[in-house]
Order: sequence, then C-alpha cells, then structure tokens
Amino acid sequence: MAAEREPPPLGDAEHTDFREVEDGEDLFVSTASTLESSPSSPEPASLPAEDLSTNSNGPKPTQILLDDDREDLFAEATEEVSLDSPEREPILSDEQSPAITPVTPTALVTPRVEPKTISVPAMFERSKEEIEEEANGDSFDVEISVSDPEKVGDGMNAYMAYKVTTKTSLSVFSRNEFVVKRRFSDFLGLHSKLATKYIHIGYIVPPAPEKSIVGMTKVKVGKEDSSSAEFVEKRRSALERYLMRTVKHPTLLQDPDVLQFLESSELPRAVSTQALSGAGILRMVNKAADAVNKMTIKMNESDAWFEEKQQQFENLDQQLRKLHASVEALVCHRKELSVNTAAFAKSAAMLGNSEDHTALSRALSQLAEVEEKIDQLHQEQAYADFYLFSELLSDYVRLITSVKGVFDQRMKTWSKWQDAQVMLQKKREAEAKLQFANKPDKLQQAKDEIKEWEGKVQQGERDFEQISKTIRKEVGRFEKERVKDFKAVIIKYLESLVQTQQQLIKYWEAFLPEAKAIA
Amino acid sequence: MMEEADEVFPPLKCSDYKIAVSDSVSDGDSFVYVVKSQELSSNTEYQVERTFEDFEGLQHCLFNQEGVPGLQGIIFPPLPAKPCPSLSNSDSKSIKVLGLLAVGENWPTYCQALENYLCLITGHSILSKNPVLQRFLTQNEPLAIQRVKKGIFNWLSQAVEGLRKENHKDIDDIFQNERDNNLTLTGLTKAVTEKFTEMVLTEQRLAVACGHFSTSLQLGISQQEDQTAQEFSKMCLKLSEVIDAVQKNYESVAENNINTIGLYLELYSRYLEAEKEMLFRRTCKLVEVENANKNLEKAKAIKKATMEEMKKATDKEFKEISGMAKIEIQNFHRERVRAFQQSLMGLCVSQLNTARESCAVFTQQLSHFRELCGE
Repeated sequence: MAAEREPPPLGDAEHTDFREVEDGEDLFVSTASTLESSPSSPEPASLPAEDLSTNSNGPKPTQILLDDDREDLFAEATEEVSLDSPEREPILSDEQSPAITPVTPTALVTPRVEPKTISVPAMFERSKEEIEEEANGDSFDVEISVSDPEKVGDGMNAYMAYKVTTKTSLSVFSRNEFVVKRRFSDFLGLHSKLATKYIHIGYIVPPAPEKSIVGMTKVKVGKEDSSSAEFVEKRRSALERYLMRTVKHPTLLQDPDVLQFLESSELPRAVSTQALSGAGILRMVNKAADAVNKMTIKMNESDAWFEEKQQQFENLDQQLRKLHASVEALVCHRKELSVNTAAFAKSAAMLGNSEDHTALSRALSQLAEVEEKIDQLHQEQAYADFYLFSELLSDYVRLITSVKGVFDQRMKTWSKWQDAQVMLQKKREAEAKLQFANKPDKLQQAKDEIKEWEGKVQQGERDFEQISKTIRKEVGRFEKERVKDFKAVIIKYLESLVQTQQQLIKYWEAFLPEAKAIA
Repeated sequence: MMEEADEVFPPLKCSDYKIAVSDSVSDGDSFVYVVKSQELSSNTEYQVERTFEDFEGLQHCLFNQEGVPGLQGIIFPPLPAKPCPSLSNSDSKSIKVLGLLAVGENWPTYCQALENYLCLITGHSILSKNPVLQRFLTQNEPLAIQRVKKGIFNWLSQAVEGLRKENHKDIDDIFQNERDNNLTLTGLTKAVTEKFTEMVLTEQRLAVACGHFSTSLQLGISQQEDQTAQEFSKMCLKLSEVIDAVQKNYESVAENNINTIGLYLELYSRYLEAEKEMLFRRTCKLVEVENANKNLEKAKAIKKATMEEMKKATDKEFKEISGMAKIEIQNFHRERVRAFQQSLMGLCVSQLNTARESCAVFTQQLSHFRELCGE
C-alpha cells in the first residue's frame, strides 16, 4: 500500500508525477489534469515535505504515512515487519459496507523504502501534533459539501457523480477551496484504504455509507420518481457526513489518501470494492475466519477500563437502536399525515368549487390552500426528523460497530503477542533439546530463531500497549464528538420546530379574515 | 371540555333553551347522557338522564307529530348513529360506524353531537313546540313511547322504489336544482368528512408515536460516572421534554380540528342526508299527485267524484309540503353557511392559539438547551 504524501507544489513536473501513485501500479502516471497548483497556498514550515523532495531524486514513491505512523508510535523501533508479511492479516470490519481491500498482489510488488526516511519522523511528529492542535482547536476549519448529484452514463453501467467541494484554511491542504467529482465506489475505496491502514492499530475509522442495490438500480434504470430522488438525496447527505467525520479525525485528516481524495481531479477506480470481485469473495472468506477467531480468543483483561467501556458501548448500541426504531415510526407517521392532509385539501377545494355561496366558496378554497401549505410543512418536518435524527442514530449505530471492531483488534493484538510468547517458549525448548543432541549447525539456527521470536514478543507487547493507548485516546475523542454531534442535531431540530410553528401562525393569521368574511 | 367547546364553537342558535349534554359512565348496557337545560325565559334549570333510546323515541315523535300541515316538508335534524358501548373507544369498527364521534376518551364529540341535535330541535319553530320535547328535557322519567318497529322508520328512506322515484323529474325548477345540488353537496361533503377523519386519526397516531419516542429517550438513562455519558443523558432527557411538547402540540391540533370543522362536517353530512330525505318525500308526493291525475283521467264516471276528492287532497298535501319545504330549505342553507363559518373561524382561532403556544414553548426550550450546552 504505497500511499504518497503529497508535497506542496514545488515544480509542476515533479509535482505531477508525485500525485498519481496508486497501489504502486503506475508509478509514474502523469495525468494531464492534476492540481492546478496555486502558488498562493502558503507552505507551512512544519510540513517536512520539502525535506522529502530533497531526499528523493526525482519521482519516486517514498514510503509515507503508514511507516511514519509506526515510526511515530514506535520511536526507536527498527521496523522489520514489512507490509506484506503474512502476519498482517487482511482486516475486515463488521460493517455492511464493503470492507477493506485486502493486501493485493501489487502491494507485494511495491518496493518499500525503508528507514531511509528515518530523519523524517521527527518532523512528522511535530507537524502531526501541530496539525492535531489545529484540527482540535478553534481553528478547525474544514468544510466539505457533497452536492449536485449527476447521472453519468446509461443503463446498468450508469452511476451518480457527486461534486465534492472543500473549503478550508488548514495548511495541510494546498489550496483554500477546491472541487472534485467523485462516485460512490470512490468513497468506498477511500474507506477501504483507511480501514486497512488504521483499524488494526486502534483508530476508529468512520464507516462508509451503505451500499444499496435496490436503490442504485432504480436510479440506473432511470426511474424518475420521488423515491429514487429521495434515495439520491439520502446518499448525498450520508456521503457528506462521512467525509466530515473523516476529516474531523486529526490523524485521518493528514492521510494522503484522504487528501488525494479531496483534492485530486482524477482517481483510479476502486474496483475491489465491488461485492462480486475476487477481493469481495476474499473478504467474505476472511470475515468468516474472523468470526471464528473472535469466538476462540479468550483474553485476560487486566485493564478494567476496557471492560467497562465495552459494556458501555454495548448498552449504548442497544439504546441507539431502540431510538432509531422510534424515530423511524415517527417519520413514517409524519409522511402519512402529509399524504392525508393533501387529500383533505383536495377534497375541500372540490367542495369549495361546488359551493354556491360565494364567500363560503372562497373561504373553502383558502382553507384548501392553507391545508396544502401545512402538508408541505409536514413533509419538511418529516425530512428534518429523518435527516437529523434517524440518520444520525443509524450513523452512530454503525460507528459503534467500528468501535467494537477496534476493541476486537486489541484482542487480536493481545492474542498475537501471546502466540509469540508461546512460540518463543517452544523455540527455547527446541534449542535446549538440540543442545543435548549436539548438532551444531541446527543449534545456530535454533538460536537465531529464538532471537527472532524474542523480537516478536517484544514487538507484540509494544503493539498491544500502543493499541491500548490509542484506543483510550480514540474513545475519548469519540465520546466528545458524540456529545457534540447530538447537541448540534437537537439544536437544529428545535430550530426547525420553532420555524414550523411560526409558519403555521402566518398561515392561520392570513386565513382569519377570509373566515370572518363569510356571511 | 364542554366549556371549551362553547368558547371555540358557540352553540347553534337555540331559541328557548340553553342545552348541555355530557356523558355519564355507561352501566355496561348503554350510555346514559346527562342533559342539562335552562329555559331562558324563566331561568329554570333542568337536569335529566337520557339513553340513546330516549333520543330515538323523541325523534320518532317528531316524525309523527300531528296537526302539522306539510310535516313531510320539514328537514328533520338528524340523530347520530347508535353507539355501541361494548366496542372500545376508537375501535376501528366504532370509527367506521360513528366516524369522528368515536374519537377520544369517553367520546366527548358524541355528546357534543347530541347537544347539537337538541339545539337544532329546540331552535326549530315548529318542532320545538312538540310537547314530547318538553317532557324529554324536563321530566326525569323514561319517555313512554311505543317501541316503534323498524318498519315505520323505513318510510323515510324507501329502498327499492326509492331509486326510481329519486330520479323523477320535478315540475319546479327550483326544486330540481335543489335536488341536484343536494346530491353533489352530499357526495362531496361525505368525501371531505372521510379525508378529514383520516387526517385527524393520523395526527393522533403521530402524537402516540411521539410519546413512544419520548419514553425510549428516557429509558437509556443509567448512572454512569463518565462525564460525557452524563452529558449525553442530560441531553436525552431534555430532548424527551421537547418531544413531549411536540406530542401535546399534535394532540391539540387534532382536538381543534375535531371540535370545529370535525363536528360541523359530521353534522352536516347527516343533515344533508336529512334534506335529501325531505326532498325525496316531496318527490314521492309529486308522483302521487301525478298518479292521482292519471287516475282521475282514467276513471269512469262513477269513480270520478272519489278520484276528484283524492286529487284535491293530494294536491293540497303537495302544496303544503312544497310550501314548508321552501322555507325549510332557505333556513337550512342559511344555517349551514353560518355554521360553516363558525367552524372555520373556530378552526382558525384555535389552531392559531395552539401554534402560538407551541412556538413559545419551543423557543423557550431552544434557549434552555443552548444554555445547557453552554453555547
């Protein structure tokens, strides 16, 4: 997984080549329409990218974030484990959204540029903190909007393209405002990459919006009715929320995949997110394996915090699901009310038309109009119910699944560590046996293996501690975000309620003279 | 509830009496209604208990009042359908039978409908003079009315022959118009009433769903030491209060709808039917007249005199009915428009009040919530 940190624009040519490295496939794809590097964007001193470019001679994929992350976490570690080591199992999330691209063959091919960049971590460390501060503080300033869904193509190959607009003053971006076009599978692809990189080290990666075969087929087939319009709107909103959540995470914000997603005009198609691809099948197999593993790992929890938290999240999950069901019922009834109000309005209008008494006739028509307007209000309120509450609740139900996934990763990490210890023990025993058997050549090999496994045990312990630490931090952040999110939604909801009543007052006040005027 | 109804929807014009009907607990078999009346001239107050059968008996007496020329030309104020206490409130079957009247605890709207019925009777220049009415209102004894067989009621709505006679062309354009209009109006009013009932029922269902939502918000609150968890719980509680307010709002809106337009539509769906029946009776009489004429023409000399007599009598009856009908129709429409206006006004005023109240409540909650969040 060669992800590239995007250096600020230095020179166009170099820049071009840096941009489009993807999965190490086409290392030097120079796309014609790359970033129109605006010279206006300031180069923050904190970005070590300058160093980076001077280190490399021309276009070369430099191993970036993942390493640096690890470098970050394991400051003194000499990272021996390569990306493609068999230990690195493909990670699968429990979510319904297509999970992560398992390690693809191309990744194996990618030459990993090792600790050549060791000098960089220090800089990254600093910049990362700075950016985190920037992100968490009052100056968090990224606004993403997903808009203008456009149908591209025809028939079953058609897809919706969404406009993704980013407005920001953060230094990690090269410009203040930029627009790109993305399709749904691009979003899934982004999530897939992020999940692969971050979940196993304990970061809570926001889940991508769900796939919907029925919904999309309707749109593809070109059914121009309200339900497919609703579907597109629902999806658009979900994509927007997904991106906002992703960039709110200080670590993810800096991830080159995220940056590329937001800024780059062309993105190679994420084919492996399709359900029926080879990768998809692999995912399903691995998912089953994972489930089995989960059942067999019995962890000795030494930290009460984790146990409590897991229970809390379980409870929260239950509660949110219940709430979601209640809200769905509310939305349903409101929609029903809207329909019935419209029917009433129509029949009142008809009655008004047949009425001989002029003033009464007019009043009835007015009443019909008022009721129609009220119907509109009901519809709007139903949307508010839905987009504010229902979607928020379902987002959080899925986020909690991510959280649970992260806890599971910790368990796996612990399990790996334990396995390594067991293995070490075995190797030591084997060595002891060989000592007696007096086979010098095999002895050396045994000694080497012991060394190897000692290293792995140490690594395992470090991994475990690190993931525990990360999870604590992540959970803290998650909880804060949760409260913030719900606060914001409730306020918006209250505002919508007030507005609705104000509209109603207007309508009825306008109707009053009409009613008086009869007789 | 009666007082509220009075404010919002002033009682129909009742000449001599001020009437209020409320419901007392049913003894399992049938509902008993408490009828309070106040004779305006003497300020005497009366209170009696009546069952639905008593009302039916009263209606029967009115139909058969003697000594009133053109009685058949009267548009008789309609009684609501018979309630069935064995069916629970808002049971779907109740609602099918009684429509809006079956909505709400103890069917307050049903009582209101009975009240309106009595108001209409007492406000009718001819019907109010019926001695049975007096007894009905003032004496707490069961009306000694012969239990009438269903058959007698049927002459008001003759089934098979009815359809043929209904379409019988009228000799008077005014009446023909009225019959046509009535047909249209009845159909449309029924449609409006149905849609209206649907709407109100949905409003009530929405209120119930709000209640559920509010309850489930309170369920998740547990003692959690965690600060963020506590904040979250506080928010849920606050939101639960908000949803309660939303629920109240919908309940109010539904109530307003029922008490104003609902009652009007309900009454006039039936009242228009009553007009239709009156017009039908007149049409039947018209057919009789035309038959009498034919018989007279066909009659042999011996029978001629009798036939002549019959014709004269029938003609006279027809004239009396038509005369009465003309007045009744005028009054009916005037009253209809007035009542409609009242109900529209009532609807507007009550919904306006509800909206203003809710707006104030929500605004207050919004500012409280902002404070709570330290915005």
